[in-house]
Amino acid sequence: MEGLAEAARGALRLIVSGDATLGGIVLLSLGVSLSAVLVATLVGLPLGAAIGVGRFPGRRAVVVLLNALMGLPPVVVGLFVYLMLSRAGPLGSLGILFTPTAMVIAQTVLILPIIAALCRQAVEDAWAEYEEQLRSLGATGLSAALTVVWEIRFSLLTAVLAGLGRASAEVGAVMIVGGNIDGVTRVMTTTIALETSKGDLPLALALGLVLILLVIALNAAAAYVKDAAQRRYG
Amino acid sequence: MILPLKLEDVFFVAAGRVILERISAEIGAGPSTIILGANGAGKSVLMRLMHGLLAPASGKIRWGNGDAARLQAMVFQRPVLLRRSALANVTYALKLARVPRAERERLALEALESVGLAAFAPRPARVLSGGEQQRLALARAWALHPEVLFLDEPTASLDPTATREIERVIQAFDAAGTKIIMATHNLGQARRLGDEVLFLHQGRLVERAPVEQFFSRPASPEAAAFIKGELPWV
Amino acid sequence: MGLILRLLCTFCLAGSASAQPRFITVASTTSTEQSGLFKHLLPIFESKTGIQVRVVALGTGQALDMGRRGDADVVFVHAKPLEEKFLAEGFGVKRHDVMYNDFVLIGPKPDPAKIGGSRDVLEAFRKIRAAQAPFVSRGDRSGTHFAELEIWKTAGIDIARDKGPWYRDTGQGMGPALNIAAGMNGYILADRGTWLSFKNRGELGVLVEGDKRLFNQYGIMLVNPRKHPSVKQQLGQAFIDWILSPEGQNAIAGYKIGGEQLFFPNSE
Repeated sequence: MEGLAEAARGALRLIVSGDATLGGIVLLSLGVSLSAVLVATLVGLPLGAAIGVGRFPGRRAVVVLLNALMGLPPVVVGLFVYLMLSRAGPLGSLGILFTPTAMVIAQTVLILPIIAALCRQAVEDAWAEYEEQLRSLGATGLSAALTVVWEIRFSLLTAVLAGLGRASAEVGAVMIVGGNIDGVTRVMTTTIALETSKGDLPLALALGLVLILLVIALNAAAAYVKDAAQRRYG
Repeated sequence: MILPLKLEDVFFVAAGRVILERISAEIGAGPSTIILGANGAGKSVLMRLMHGLLAPASGKIRWGNGDAARLQAMVFQRPVLLRRSALANVTYALKLARVPRAERERLALEALESVGLAAFAPRPARVLSGGEQQRLALARAWALHPEVLFLDEPTASLDPTATREIERVIQAFDAAGTKIIMATHNLGQARRLGDEVLFLHQGRLVERAPVEQFFSRPASPEAAAFIKGELPWV
Repeated sequence: MGLILRLLCTFCLAGSASAQPRFITVASTTSTEQSGLFKHLLPIFESKTGIQVRVVALGTGQALDMGRRGDADVVFVHAKPLEEKFLAEGFGVKRHDVMYNDFVLIGPKPDPAKIGGSRDVLEAFRKIRAAQAPFVSRGDRSGTHFAELEIWKTAGIDIARDKGPWYRDTGQGMGPALNIAAGMNGYILADRGTWLSFKNRGELGVLVEGDKRLFNQYGIMLVNPRKHPSVKQQLGQAFIDWILSPEGQNAIAGYKIGGEQLFFPNSE
């Protein structure tokens, strides 16, 4: 209990002090996770929608696999991406290991199944309502699927936020592919891991609180945008 | 002309049950056709088979000459509208039909006017009342000036006032030359709007006659029982 | 939206090697980084040469593997036999001594194995095993882990066979292992640098030190560009040259925590 209170005070001090190093770490964390969410959404929404309305042999297996991939352990994803990007690996010549780009790639791989699977479920449910009418009007295939996606865009925001939550919280993937390099690839979660392993638990806890507050702020902003847009479009 | 529509020995099976059995008919231009029958007789399935939303288990469904897919439209018992303005719902249908962008808004407004909804054009479609939404669905179907308009129990979910409004619109479309094919179990409506009746009983086409003849001198015992109100369900 | 796109572009640019400031990747150990040495040393080198040094901190074994894969330009670790093996395999160009510090045997104040104050680490290890007192091992192929195993061996104990529930093989870095030792009041072998900057001590303190078997030598090597052409040979060698130069060696000696020097330069 006392440790928690001390951490809360520490968190407040950190936020108020406007420490430049912390600021840089926070910006990097946001940049990496938001970029990953952006890419994963651009790829995952159409993918999920296509599976949601599509009827093809093996579809059930694809759905099961997609759902299962939501539970990909971050450290496994990190390891896989590391082996891909290592100089000894197939994409080594790109030279992007231990850079923020590698971290974005790893997090994108991690959260793509989450966004796609949740979108697939939402689209499939909505498709039951829209299918007949859209087919009657002559909308087919991907065009119909994307129309449904746009219809349920506010519900899909939850899927996107789920991806953002997963990305901001994970440490395994970014640690391995980023290397936690001071000033280059050190983000909030890897900093917390580092301070914990150095035994500076109050600082680690304070950083943890800052991270949680950040994620809450992002979710609150998303909720506000959603409500405003919903009022406009009904 | 995409009419006449020819049905030859059409069967439809679902979940091991025969829903429609050996339906043969030729539906030509001109008189508005009512598909009449008790609940569960197979009216909705027949409508969807004719419109192309379902495929028959056996038998043939053949249209005349022309782009059959484009020149027909369907209005369902519950209107499925997109989360956009009333006008945008209609322009969406026009866009699917590849009407050039410059024409879309004009044609959409015309369609809204024809159903008395011109003032509602900018309103979100989903905040309209049940009757207004159904009128919007009619406007959307009408905007493409289809040769054939299918209506599947269009007023079954509406109150008497809204029902009268919808019937007025349908009569106007009929007068303008659109072929009306409407499914209903409402005897009064069939008499008000129909010129001929196709009577379905337990998945079979039992009787076909001009509307006055059907109601005053039904040829089959099932039709007679239905008119007397002794066959509410199958 | 705009902010996100701008950040994304920044990363794309940051990611492409060609748009980079000059930098090298150094694979080193967690204990070296957590001691704070790099935070003290690197700004001096960077301001002098304009070369950014990016340190990836892992266990010694992993750091050398990084060199083998060509993902680092320079390796800077502290396990001489492993480094010489690395050299013999052809992955390194030349090995140089850089600095040394020592290990210390940490334990709880109650000291159930009664080793406090001794200067004989072999005897201390034997007593710990005899008392079956909780002992925390790094277990992660690090220099410290390697040193610990050597001590068991020299003390005549086959630890792989003799370990019981008292021996906690954690597979973690120095910091987490110290956390565990503090949490369970166990014994642990640690490098003095990490110990000095470790804050979560609980009831732990230094019990055995000064034994020459606790000597911990650090070495630095350039990864062989003939095995990995992507190695930044010139920049990497510039770093090595500087570390070994009087200026670099003085900088190492100048790093203190609470007035105590952590590392002792000893290049040729």
